[in-house]
Amino acid sequence: MAESTMTEARVAAGVTVPVSPARVPAGRVGMWWFLSSEVAVFGGLIAAFVLNKMRHPEWATDAAHTWFEIGAINTAVLLTSSLTVVLAHAAAKQEKRAVVLRNLGITLALGVLFLVFKGVEYSHEFHQGIGPGTNLFWSFYFLMTGLHALHVIAGLVAITTVMVAVARGEHFYRVETVGLYWHFVDIVWIFLFPLLYLVQ
Amino acid sequence: MSEQSGFWSRYVFSTDHKTIAKQYLITGLIMAVLGGWLAQGMRAQIAWPYTDVPGFGLIEPGRFNALVTMHGTIMVFWVAMPILLGAFGNFLIPLMIGARDMAFPKLNMLSYWTFFTSTVVLVASFFVDAGPAAGGWTSYPPLSADPGYTGVHLGTDLWILAVALEFASMLMGGVNYLTTTVNMRAPGMRMMDLPIVVWMQLSAAVLFMLSVGPLISGAVMLLLDRNLGSGFFDPAKGGDPLLFQHLFWFFGHPEVYVILLPGIGMVAEVMTSCARKTLFGYRMIVISVIAAGLLSFIVWAHHQFVSGLDPRLALPFALTTILISVPFAVVLFSLIATLWRASIRYTPAMLFAVSTVAMFLIGGTTGIFLGAAAADIYFHDTYFVVAHFHYTLFPATILGMLTGIYHWFPKMFGRMLNETLGKVHFWLTILFFNLTFIPQFVLGIAGHPRRVADPLQYDLLLRDMQSYNIVSTVGAIGLFSVQILFIVNFFLSMLRGRAAEANPWQATTVEWLTPSPPGHGNFAGEVVAVRGPYEYSPPGEDTDWLPQGELQPAMHSATSR
Repeated sequence: MAESTMTEARVAAGVTVPVSPARVPAGRVGMWWFLSSEVAVFGGLIAAFVLNKMRHPEWATDAAHTWFEIGAINTAVLLTSSLTVVLAHAAAKQEKRAVVLRNLGITLALGVLFLVFKGVEYSHEFHQGIGPGTNLFWSFYFLMTGLHALHVIAGLVAITTVMVAVARGEHFYRVETVGLYWHFVDIVWIFLFPLLYLVQ
Repeated sequence: MSEQSGFWSRYVFSTDHKTIAKQYLITGLIMAVLGGWLAQGMRAQIAWPYTDVPGFGLIEPGRFNALVTMHGTIMVFWVAMPILLGAFGNFLIPLMIGARDMAFPKLNMLSYWTFFTSTVVLVASFFVDAGPAAGGWTSYPPLSADPGYTGVHLGTDLWILAVALEFASMLMGGVNYLTTTVNMRAPGMRMMDLPIVVWMQLSAAVLFMLSVGPLISGAVMLLLDRNLGSGFFDPAKGGDPLLFQHLFWFFGHPEVYVILLPGIGMVAEVMTSCARKTLFGYRMIVISVIAAGLLSFIVWAHHQFVSGLDPRLALPFALTTILISVPFAVVLFSLIATLWRASIRYTPAMLFAVSTVAMFLIGGTTGIFLGAAAADIYFHDTYFVVAHFHYTLFPATILGMLTGIYHWFPKMFGRMLNETLGKVHFWLTILFFNLTFIPQFVLGIAGHPRRVADPLQYDLLLRDMQSYNIVSTVGAIGLFSVQILFIVNFFLSMLRGRAAEANPWQATTVEWLTPSPPGHGNFAGEVVAVRGPYEYSPPGEDTDWLPQGELQPAMHSATSR
């Protein structure tokens, strides 16, 4: 609703009322609230992992078994995708449809690439006979990376729907909303990578 | 926003917050009947062990555990949450802030249908092999992680799935409530002008969203433990069952306030309008609720005093627990002060509101016993605990919900509830509620353990106290039966009740500006808030109330997206 409408209404009411609520796009507000709950999901998980890790020095051997190189490549892949989603957002502000679509497309491709590498990594571990039931470290490893991968998949679906809308020339503001989510998925990985791959 | 047409889009897949609210309400009430029915089986078995119970047959201990589990699960997640947040959050927030709908109407519809799916999954678990989950509503491992303990396989998985879906639905609701209140308040309505129940709904949504995450992780861990051979909660594999208790109660204690606050908010609305006085200490109530919300994140381990928790942790958690009673005392005293020297209109809603506070005070004070670690070691896992949390949750959820229904029924359905029937329902409910749970305090102090199918097996201790169990069961049967009065009143009034005017209670908040029931889009014009929410008995005026808002002609066909 337009700001002017409210001003008129206030004038018509013949009363001096304080400025009405600051209006930011509903999608942005909703996404921030949603992400706050997501922080608690991964926060609880990471806290549980760290507390267990302090009690289990023997996890160092398992952590050494993780495929560090592919984890590092995936970190680079996700960070690059965060850049492209920012570029998409910048272009969305000017409603440059082609630039938005190109950058979101690259983000989408990088997200898929991340999942492919993750799949290669999982199958490598399964071939070595490592699974979620191997020991507590690997239970946490598969749970944390698996939950993160599910979030990546959700992000890819969300990006696709935003791309469909943008291709029709609609809802450019949604690029920002989906970008917020994508950054969150990225940040979670920034926590997971050192915790699972680097700390011995 | 176009008028929705056709049966399906108007009544079933509706995006109108009022219709979604009614869907939540009806689903919640049906589940309340189911949850209450399960309690009848439990109580009958405790009073008269191993006799055939009409409608249940013989209840052996395994089935008793399932009854306990499902009664608790249903009452918290499928009655309190959908009715207090789903129904009243949806109904009241847009109407009370002068908005035309929620910020995300489609998400709102998805929220209800996710909830509906969760309900179907939960009810389906009654019909699978070995029956529904039987590991307690808290689902502690190893009872929940290892089917060997309860004999329940699929039932527990369905339980976890249903609870996860229910959480997802409430998260969608929470995002909607918060965004709607932040973004869509009527011009002139500041945050400190919000009706107090909206503040309570907001606080509840924030608490839920920030606390439920760890339990979602915990639920996934439980699923992996059960189905993929991981050992998060299995000491033999390096895990720790205590981890689940932490993840559960980090959510579980804030959850108590999630389902307490909306009810208290409705009680406050009803009290101020029936006392014809402004709400005492509005600002202090808001501050107290925020303080209590923050504290609620650091009290959870008081549920675990006897769980093997490091004893050094008991003192800090006992202290925060005692501390959190301070802001709630402020809220309750503010409510009582609102009634001070008022000429009170005792409508059925007001009777329920006053009784909510009175009963909750008993629950609150007995909570102090349990919050102190030393006393809790004795009281833990006795019927004292059962009586205590029923004295908090029954007032906050059931009495609070009845307060809300009796007060806003005219706005919801456009007809008045029968007042006499409402008052009879009130007195019988309070009578039987106390008859059910006061004996349980006595039993608990005597050492009666909770969650046992047959109290008579403890020969020395409890055989001569069995009469208390029988009194309690008679109370429970009465409590369940008298709800028929309410159900009859609810449906007969919906069809045949006296037509309700726009503002039958002469209340100030803006939902009463619009006809009962409000049409699609809620208000014929644009709401402008011109004063605070509770201008009752203003000095120097002819009327004893001044509405919070005014309706201005709409500037254009308002779309509020």
